[in-house]
Amino acid sequence: MRRQQIATLARFTLMEALRTRLLWMFVIALALLFVVTGFMQQLAITESARMQIAFSAAATRLVAVFVLSLHILTSIAREFDDKGLELTLSFDLRRSDYIFGRLLGFVLVALAIALIATLPQLLLAPHPAALQWGLSLALELVMMAAVSLFCIVTFTQLLPAAGFVGGFYLLARALSAIRLISDAPIAGGDTPSHQLMARLVDALALLVPALDRFTQSAWLVDGAAAWSLLGGCAVQAALYTALLGAAAMFDFYRRNL
Amino acid sequence: MIARDERPLRAVPRAVFAALATALLLQIGWQSTQPRPVARAQALAAPPPVAMLRIASLGEPVPFAQLMTLYLQAFDNQPGISIPFRELDYQRVIEWLAAILALDPRGQYPLLMASQVYAQVPDPARTRLMFDFIYQQFLRDPDRRWRWLAHASLVAKHRLKDQPLALYYAREIARLAPAAPGWARQMQIFILEDLGEIESAKILLGALLSTGEIHDEHELKFLNDRLQTMQDAGKSTPSTRN
Repeated sequence: MRRQQIATLARFTLMEALRTRLLWMFVIALALLFVVTGFMQQLAITESARMQIAFSAAATRLVAVFVLSLHILTSIAREFDDKGLELTLSFDLRRSDYIFGRLLGFVLVALAIALIATLPQLLLAPHPAALQWGLSLALELVMMAAVSLFCIVTFTQLLPAAGFVGGFYLLARALSAIRLISDAPIAGGDTPSHQLMARLVDALALLVPALDRFTQSAWLVDGAAAWSLLGGCAVQAALYTALLGAAAMFDFYRRNL
Repeated sequence: MIARDERPLRAVPRAVFAALATALLLQIGWQSTQPRPVARAQALAAPPPVAMLRIASLGEPVPFAQLMTLYLQAFDNQPGISIPFRELDYQRVIEWLAAILALDPRGQYPLLMASQVYAQVPDPARTRLMFDFIYQQFLRDPDRRWRWLAHASLVAKHRLKDQPLALYYAREIARLAPAAPGWARQMQIFILEDLGEIESAKILLGALLSTGEIHDEHELKFLNDRLQTMQDAGKSTPSTRN
């Protein structure tokens, strides 16, 4: 019974993505990107193919994260506003199962987006590298789906949730560089304030995944990554999705509907 | 007082508490086993074509050029690592500087970096590369860019000990940059003097004085004294030989 409820919620989440033409919008965005990168290739004097692949991959990654996160935030926010959530929970449905079902549905949407995003890379880059890139993007999108769900359940309003998701993503992409800078400052490295900041950054690194290790354009232009690196990404994605799923459940149980 | 729209903690099932705590511990455990990020020097990539940079600047090429300048300036200090200038690919650096100048032709910052930063490396070949870049850029706008070529001329004379190169740059300033101040346009005279070509120096100095371009009394006196000294030295030379 519970599994059926979770599967039904996941199916409805997937249908919502299809009926709101999310995937078509993503395809159109990719087509536009393809045209822009083709234009860039024409402009480039040297390394034109390399430039096209790198720009296409980096922009596709950003667009994929943006489209998926915004879809999740607006979907749940609309459900809060339309009181559809109250209707859903009026059935014999556990709150944790609601989160499970929605998360599962959004994970399926994330996988579909990652699949579509990988197709242009397969045309441009060597297939093993494009495959690794696509798998890594899928893992990254699954994590971002969990982050978006957690944020909208916690904040309930679109603007603070979108702000938090954007800030989190930027921080996760920049955290390794921030750690390197704090490890080897140009000046003032032995001051107490710097020591304190370095400790804080290290503590933050325990809680925030290093997304700069995921979905690197360099894999497409400089050669495929080691598969072990992708294994590490998979473990990180599984752990973080579980953590944020549990955190979303925790907040959802405390919400007074 | 605003009532909190939350239920008590006991409303959360224990399984959810346990899942959250377990996932948090696993996340912290996993992250603490991950190696610290290691700094690796990255090669400076070629700048995008200027046409593309213009598109990326969204109609604001000057601030975009300034951002590019700061990026290039900071490149030797990548996160967690400091790269000596001699390890930078100078051809790439020149491509960046040229792209920045193409976006902001009135900016002097890239030429300052070329002459005062990148040309200071203790590698004559790289210094000459930068000087050649400065000279090429000088040719495009001599009246605005003469000072960087003047600096190049001085460094060529004193540090590279390449008097012909110093003289060539000094002559180009005198020939192409009428807006340059007298001292810059007179540099060739003193370099000729140092080269022992006293006659050429005398002719140039005499010509400069006769054109009436110099109005400052002190400068006139200094140059006249200089001409006199050269002429005296020229007269005394045969007697010393005897």
